[in-house]
Amino acid sequence: MIEAPDPLRSAFPSAFDVQRSSFAATLRTLAPEAVPPILGGDLPEAFTHQLVDGTTVLAVVARNGVVVAGDRRATAGNLISRGDMRKVFPADDRSAIAISGTAGPAMELAKIFATELEHYEKVEGEPLSLEGKSNKLAGLLRAHLPMAMQGLVIVPLFAGIDPRTHEPRIFEYDPVGGRYVAPAQAATGSGSLAARATLKRLVDPEASMDEAVRTALEALADAAEEDSATGGPDLIRRIYPIVAAIDRDGYRELDDGEVAEHVDAVLSHRRR
Amino acid sequence: MAANFYVAPEQLMKDRAEYARKGIARGRALVAVAFAHGVVFAGENPSASLHKTSEIYDSIAFAAVGRYNEFEALRVAGIRLADVKGYQYAREDVTAKPLANAYSQALGASFMGEAKPFEVELLIAQVDAERTPAGDGSDGDPDDSALELFHILYDGSIVDEHRFVAIGGDTEPLRAELERRFEDSLDRDGAVRVAAGALSEVAGRTLGAEVLEVSGLDARRPRRRFFRLEGEELAAVLTA
Repeated sequence: MIEAPDPLRSAFPSAFDVQRSSFAATLRTLAPEAVPPILGGDLPEAFTHQLVDGTTVLAVVARNGVVVAGDRRATAGNLISRGDMRKVFPADDRSAIAISGTAGPAMELAKIFATELEHYEKVEGEPLSLEGKSNKLAGLLRAHLPMAMQGLVIVPLFAGIDPRTHEPRIFEYDPVGGRYVAPAQAATGSGSLAARATLKRLVDPEASMDEAVRTALEALADAAEEDSATGGPDLIRRIYPIVAAIDRDGYRELDDGEVAEHVDAVLSHRRR
Repeated sequence: MAANFYVAPEQLMKDRAEYARKGIARGRALVAVAFAHGVVFAGENPSASLHKTSEIYDSIAFAAVGRYNEFEALRVAGIRLADVKGYQYAREDVTAKPLANAYSQALGASFMGEAKPFEVELLIAQVDAERTPAGDGSDGDPDDSALELFHILYDGSIVDEHRFVAIGGDTEPLRAELERRFEDSLDRDGAVRVAAGALSEVAGRTLGAEVLEVSGLDARRPRRRFFRLEGEELAAVLTA
């Protein structure tokens, strides 16, 4: 039996610990003070009015990959809180997480999820399957349930390609951790109704990545037209939606120039 | 009541060191060779899945020789420390030195206080892209200040290594062979060939891609700098 001295002992994994490769479990052992506390009681109204909400994010498949995109607006009550918020994050090299709902815990979820995937990959020496990653995210959401009951609702989207089969897939969630395999497109957040209608109309599982990017931006533009909480592209400040393309080559975010070109094409046929 | 015989501390330490050294020498040696943008680890390892080297964090890697169960526990402990730290603070706050110190403390404490010392030797390496002359790790003259390489022994002693290092049993001939082959500003593939050549020479046979474990850190890679060379890719590098 190998035993390290006390301060180090807790860092050593025990033999049949099923949580061995879980970062969240490690954090609870090594730095319990860093784990978000579970709140009790209702949130005061003054507090809820200051909560920042992320709005519309969506994902759509292409022949060889999947595109994930999100607008940049964040709202607090009836005010616009930010115009440059990021709602699409790389989860790892081959997948992305997009968030809608209460921004603070949602961004934290994206961060801990990405750390979780990397931690697993390093400890086990191989990446999780896409299915495994999506289940892990559902677990993190279930752990957040008490906070969701307080009104701090998070609804993420998860999309990527499987590290072994290279098959693109999208997963949708509900606030209590329900996980659903999306057909070929998904949208969540306040503008999702409008976005979903456009996605359904334009989605093509045989599309090229470029065409899928175009579809995603069409849907975001429609959402911005129908929903006050979804921001359209800010042409004055040149703030464009964040668009991530994931294919066999991995996760890649389109730079502003590329997105601007696509946005221009989307807007040009709307001009009169 | 059992009688406690007096054992001189010198004798106790000597016995423990000998025990640890013997355990380590039973396994195969491993070498690290610095190149212009990072470091290459290479060792004979017929297993394709039981690795002796590993990624710890964005620009930190781990290599070990000795008892597998012991260094595997140490490896995972290192990943945990790095991930928890990076999560709580920032990714750039995770550096090799505190990690090497933690390993040194763990091995040192076990050497003194436990029933038996760890039978392992470790290497902790870190590349720093910002400290290469070009500032992004991409080109410019090699500068070994961009590479930190800590060698931690079974008793917790810690050595700051440069250029190359061999760990494990019988490292003297390996070190001599590396000294003969090493040159400054190698490229990555050149460093792999230096390492594989030295290992083959000392083993007395040609070690091919199927029995070599080759990995390392390359500051030119984006974010996660750890790489592993395997199969055909490794064979191509070895025969180039």
